[in-house]
Amino acid sequence: MNRVKRTLAPYLLVLPGGLWLLLFFVVPMVTMLSLSLQQGDIINGYRFTGHWQNYVDAITDYRVQMIRSLVYGLVTTVALIVMSFPIAYWIAFHGGKRKSTYLFLLLLPFFVSFVLRTISWRQILTDDGMLLHPLKEAGLVSSGFHILGTSYAVIFGLIYNFLPFMVLPIYVALERIDPRVVEAARDLYAAPMTAFRRVVFPLALPGVFAGVLMTFVPASSDYVNSAVLGSSETTMIGQVVQAQALANSNYPMASALSFFLMAVLLSGILLYARALGTEDVMNAAAR
Amino acid sequence: MFPTDKPDPSLLRGMTQRRLGRRDAFRLGGVSALGAFLAACGVEGKGGKPQASVAPDAVEKFWAGKAKNGKLDFANWPLYMDPKKPELKKFTAQTGIQVNYQEVIQEMGPWFAKVQPQLSAAQPIGYDLMVITNSIQFGQFRSGGFLAPLDHSKLPNYAANAAKSYANESFDPGNVFSIPWASGITGIAYDAKKTGREITSLADLWDPAFKGKVGMFSDTQELANFGLLALGLKPGESDEAAWKKAAAKLREQKDAGMVRNYYDQSYVDALGKGEVWLTQAWSGDIFQKNVSDGTDFKFIIPSEGGTIWTDNMTIPITAANPVDAITLMDFFYEVENAATLAEYINYVCPVPAAQAQIKEHAAAATGEDKASLNGIAASPLVFPGEADYAKLHYYVDFNTAEQQQAFQNIFQPITLS
Repeated sequence: MNRVKRTLAPYLLVLPGGLWLLLFFVVPMVTMLSLSLQQGDIINGYRFTGHWQNYVDAITDYRVQMIRSLVYGLVTTVALIVMSFPIAYWIAFHGGKRKSTYLFLLLLPFFVSFVLRTISWRQILTDDGMLLHPLKEAGLVSSGFHILGTSYAVIFGLIYNFLPFMVLPIYVALERIDPRVVEAARDLYAAPMTAFRRVVFPLALPGVFAGVLMTFVPASSDYVNSAVLGSSETTMIGQVVQAQALANSNYPMASALSFFLMAVLLSGILLYARALGTEDVMNAAAR
Repeated sequence: MFPTDKPDPSLLRGMTQRRLGRRDAFRLGGVSALGAFLAACGVEGKGGKPQASVAPDAVEKFWAGKAKNGKLDFANWPLYMDPKKPELKKFTAQTGIQVNYQEVIQEMGPWFAKVQPQLSAAQPIGYDLMVITNSIQFGQFRSGGFLAPLDHSKLPNYAANAAKSYANESFDPGNVFSIPWASGITGIAYDAKKTGREITSLADLWDPAFKGKVGMFSDTQELANFGLLALGLKPGESDEAAWKKAAAKLREQKDAGMVRNYYDQSYVDALGKGEVWLTQAWSGDIFQKNVSDGTDFKFIIPSEGGTIWTDNMTIPITAANPVDAITLMDFFYEVENAATLAEYINYVCPVPAAQAQIKEHAAAATGEDKASLNGIAASPLVFPGEADYAKLHYYVDFNTAEQQQAFQNIFQPITLS
């Protein structure tokens, strides 16, 4: 009896989470996979026919947007690492008693809706807006100059909107570093830069890794920033999926695009994890 | 009342009987267990061919046994009625019917996507009356058999007061499923201070002087219409070859860097902020923008022609209170009610006699109100004259779902690239 219990126990423990995953992850994924292989139209319904052509069409028609999204995601992520590291470092090592205040300040703008904040940037950056109007009056930029509708505007919006998702994980990793480790490095005659490079930075890598996961994936599939700050020259893959699903009711195409995007992102992340050595990273994160 | 052609009893039958789609799908995908499972996740459509017409007895069958219930749920677009809803209060006082008015429709595509599953399953959507634009989705609602055929014997005011041209709408000839709520004109709006000259034609949207300052619509039909008209082609009579030519024309405009962006409703804002100097625009918007923000934007119907679209009152086939709904539809065709509605929304009024009524209201009013009411009565954008109508075209008309998909595939890549 006891043995039966003991064998069953782990499964029973996994049951709630497992059911949750089954219901809200596996079922929708399978539904979407099925949709991506269907054929038909919205009036007559879509039928499963194993129509792989959807994927071929999706890739050939929207290759440009797919590549553009990945490039935007990558640029955003790199810029975020460069910007977030000093912020997180400063809060973790020089924040003193006010650490939590600084973190709160960092998060404060994010209590306002994501869409609303992006629209506010639109107001600020617009052609005759509060930023460009004075510059144009002063003759510092040409009257035709504009920021909105360019790749810069979209990447700027992405960086702005995902900043905390990079700062927080890096901060957590840095915060965990025992100051005595750094002191020990100094005692062993490491220059401050060397101590940072050989001790602090490697210990912060798990945070960077987590930050990349939390920003690269959503930034690449984002559609709000491009819709609000961009133009038809900056269309991202998320906008295509949205248009196909909502404006055209072309669910198979939308699903095929989503699945392909997921495959690309997953393989990118796996390669990245392999390159960085996941196990070390995960072990470090677990410590 | 209006003659309706070509019966198809299979349409109504298809709606009342269990569909076999799922089983068919199983058979197709049923080789492996996964295949069967995948197949079970299909999106069910209507089954059968798209239908443009109804059976001669469809009206009778639908309305038989339907009675007034004293309430109705009305789905409309934002800003399409005075927020104080004076007309609805009057309606309730007159008929005792309570109206639950909701501004839930923002865009046709998403609205169709939202209600299509319930309608396909013959379930009520929670609304007895909805205002939908003549668009790709109107065709989808119609051919899906999702709209109740109207009993014109219950629409005496419509017969008496509506402009006769509405009976010939290409998207619903004879008003079998719909009668207009309001119409609007798609033309060009511009900021004369920025353009420095008058804008008169579609060709101005291709003028290199305005490089990067032109706004176009992201809606594929609106965009395609202007491409077709710029080539001198009539949208309502266009075919796939014409679409390809129009797409090439629009692509030329895009590749030359003329287009700042392809906008949805946000074009009004972009015009106000100087992002665009001239843009495709909807008539009522510019009127309201000028009134509310004190701007002085011009709106013109291009010399090559503009388009007229119509938002239509329709009853979903699964409506719980259709009698109440059709009563309200007819109520808005009383001249007085049509007049007060037009005074607020400033879109094209389907009741010509409302013009005289608004003038009467103006005569009774004083000061600013008087001037604005007189302006509305005289506005060609609310009461277009014969000469204006002659320049206005209806949208591209689709007969089949394949045509719609082909059309989308031709024009969507222009806005999404």
